[in-house]
Amino acid sequence: MKSKLVAEHLNLWFGSKQVLKNINIEFEENKVTALIGPSGCGKSTLLRSLNRMHDLYPEARIEGHIKLDGREIYQKDVEVTDLRKRVGMVFQKANPFPKSIYENITYGLKINNLVADKATVQKALEEAYIWEEVKDDLKKPATRLSGGQQQRLCIARAVALRPEVILMDEPCSALDPVSTLKIEELIHHLKKKYTIVIVTHNMQQAQRVADKTVFMYLGEIIEQGDTHQIFNNPQHETTRNYISGHFG
Amino acid sequence: MQHKFKKLAPIVEWGTLLLTTGLVCFFLCVILYDIFTKGYQVLSWEFVSQMPTDGMTQGGILTPIIGTVFLTLITAIFSIPFGICCAIYLNEYAENTWLTRTIRASIRNLSGVPSIIYGLFGLALFVQALNFGTSILSAGLTLGLLSLPYIITTTEEALLRIPRSMREAALAVGATKFESIKDVVLPASLPGILTGIVLTLSRAAGETAPILFTGAAFYITNSSGNLNQEFMALPYHLYMLSTQHQSIEEVRPIAYGTALVLIIVVFLMNLTAFYIRYKFRNNEK
Amino acid sequence: MQYKKRIAIDKIAKIIFKSTGYLVLALLGGIFFMLLYNAIAFFLEVSPLDFITGSQWNPTATDPTYGILPLIVSTSIVSLGAMLIAIPLGVGTAAFISEYASPKLKTILKPAIEMLAAIPSVVIGFLGIVLVGPGIADLNNLPNGLNALNGAILLAIMALPTIITISEDAIHAVPQTYREASYGLGASRWQTLRKITIPAAAPGIIAAVMLGLGRAIGETMTVLMATGNAAIFPKGFFDSVKTITATIAIEMGEVPYQTTHYYALFAIAIVLFFMTLVANLIGEYFINRFRKYHAA
Repeated sequence: MKSKLVAEHLNLWFGSKQVLKNINIEFEENKVTALIGPSGCGKSTLLRSLNRMHDLYPEARIEGHIKLDGREIYQKDVEVTDLRKRVGMVFQKANPFPKSIYENITYGLKINNLVADKATVQKALEEAYIWEEVKDDLKKPATRLSGGQQQRLCIARAVALRPEVILMDEPCSALDPVSTLKIEELIHHLKKKYTIVIVTHNMQQAQRVADKTVFMYLGEIIEQGDTHQIFNNPQHETTRNYISGHFG
Repeated sequence: MQHKFKKLAPIVEWGTLLLTTGLVCFFLCVILYDIFTKGYQVLSWEFVSQMPTDGMTQGGILTPIIGTVFLTLITAIFSIPFGICCAIYLNEYAENTWLTRTIRASIRNLSGVPSIIYGLFGLALFVQALNFGTSILSAGLTLGLLSLPYIITTTEEALLRIPRSMREAALAVGATKFESIKDVVLPASLPGILTGIVLTLSRAAGETAPILFTGAAFYITNSSGNLNQEFMALPYHLYMLSTQHQSIEEVRPIAYGTALVLIIVVFLMNLTAFYIRYKFRNNEK
Repeated sequence: MQYKKRIAIDKIAKIIFKSTGYLVLALLGGIFFMLLYNAIAFFLEVSPLDFITGSQWNPTATDPTYGILPLIVSTSIVSLGAMLIAIPLGVGTAAFISEYASPKLKTILKPAIEMLAAIPSVVIGFLGIVLVGPGIADLNNLPNGLNALNGAILLAIMALPTIITISEDAIHAVPQTYREASYGLGASRWQTLRKITIPAAAPGIIAAVMLGLGRAIGETMTVLMATGNAAIFPKGFFDSVKTITATIAIEMGEVPYQTTHYYALFAIAIVLFFMTLVANLIGEYFINRFRKYHAA
């Protein structure tokens, strides 16, 4: 299997507090990798370092390497906007732009000088399993949609740019079970084309959607491997305690 | 007796607070009643569409109305872009350094500086140092400086209401920081920014002290619309008619009419601001 | 090269935004140095001691005197008088709105306060001439009502919205648990308000009063129009007074530029600047204390 995205000796500080400690991990192409662990273990921080979202916050300091297709993403000559186009992101709380449904999809295309016609929009919405529900309301504000619809719209917005990797930061934590199920189905379908990294609090969800699972604790990777193996035969005491619900 | 007082006490106490509130409302009512009833008698289409004539004892108040409109425009043109840009810098870019803290402290203090001191500053800077003379430009810029801290503060409040996730959403599809601000943050905060702008301008339109010696004129007959000309303005006109005019009693009705028009202008601007805020809140739900 | 262009725009925008931040600094610095520069020019000609202790302000006399004392006393009488009226009314109204008024009444009272705040100062000053002045004259058998009392009443009206709004915020922010604890001990509503809620909101109320005071000290048009502006040393509320702001407003229009008299007006302006600055800084200190206290 080919590794799409690789982190080597990654350390990250917020001010003087070290949040990630010597992270080494490979994300395989066309696989879903789940990052699990208790709150504050650094799983979201790791995810957000993969598309340089920490650039926004000057107090964040990063050491080590992250490579996309073998190329360092924190190098000076990397165009960060291009990187984020290749590594899309879906957030914890659905955050559609306060614009129409149609414009939500075209915005990213337009600023990246890509074709932003109706066919592209339709394709993206179809891919995110939401076309049927919104095809007559494309001019309506996206904020009128339900929470689950908004989240799928956000996935469509990411998919529209034809990314290579999609990062998902607890995408279902604010959704009801039915919407959650829809998104999980969608993830299954998307992994045929994209490499997916998903942060989740929900261990059942990790087992349902992920091929690989990474368990993190206090800023370190404790254990990683096939999802089946992590959940059924964990090697570490901490992992065993966590997945059996002793803490977290 | 003791028992009776205990029963009465809450009513007396409640009554005291009600009385204070009633007095405050009474003040407002007296002000509005006096201005509206007496100003109404002279208010007519002619009053707002004619220039003052016969040494301001006859005619309308068109010249001061036009002056106030242009003055407020100059104020707006200067203070809005600067104010918004500064608020964007503070809220979107500035890190928490001593410099940023100093800028914020300056803004808070600037909004407490008495307006007459802005008048002095305008006189020293625009009228004299920059040689704009006593003119509508000098006065407008002076009012612009006065308005700046309010525009910055209200804009920053509006920007603060936009959640961080909205900015990240734009960046995540490949926008630069500036693009995320221009395309997402600003449009989303526009109603809040507009509310602040309209309220600030309504305040500027009613100000008198800063224009006293930067360009307001007692009486001018022709307003050519030149930036370097002196001008008449509603608040200054009211001040002149009620204290400086040679026949104060004779022009009192005109003074009342001017006060009424000024109040209506200011209230209409306030209502616009509240309407924007109200619509915005409803849309948010 | 599209990308390079976008990045360039991004960088230029940042520079523009940042420079406006500096402009604000320059503005406050500019105001301060403008005042300072002209005030120094004044003190080169008139001794600071005469300025501070002189009991006569008469710059147009053949032997001009520049004593700021009568002006400071005038400003103080009018502002403190205004506070005497505005504090009980303002805090009472704030307490009523926050603790007693029904939600429906609140939706009427709050816009009413905002309306009061929106009335331009020149209109209030006008009412001082046509309404409050004659009223005071009639009640006290005075030839006219243009005196310190008139100014104090008008300034109170102008300071009221500030005092009410900030006090109301402060009282409203007192945690409900405090009140419940007090009721739980059998205290009445009034006792709770006086002994628990108001003391807990005290820093916010002090801030409200200081900011209202700052506004009153710096207010020009109302006092200019309503207090008579006599150049005498004021002794009481029924005397005509000439405040610092009114002195600047009247005399700056008539004085030739770059004369001693002209500089003198900047010297009194810098005193005014510091008076309002102190009031505002104290207000801000208490607002911060109040916020910290409630954040904890």
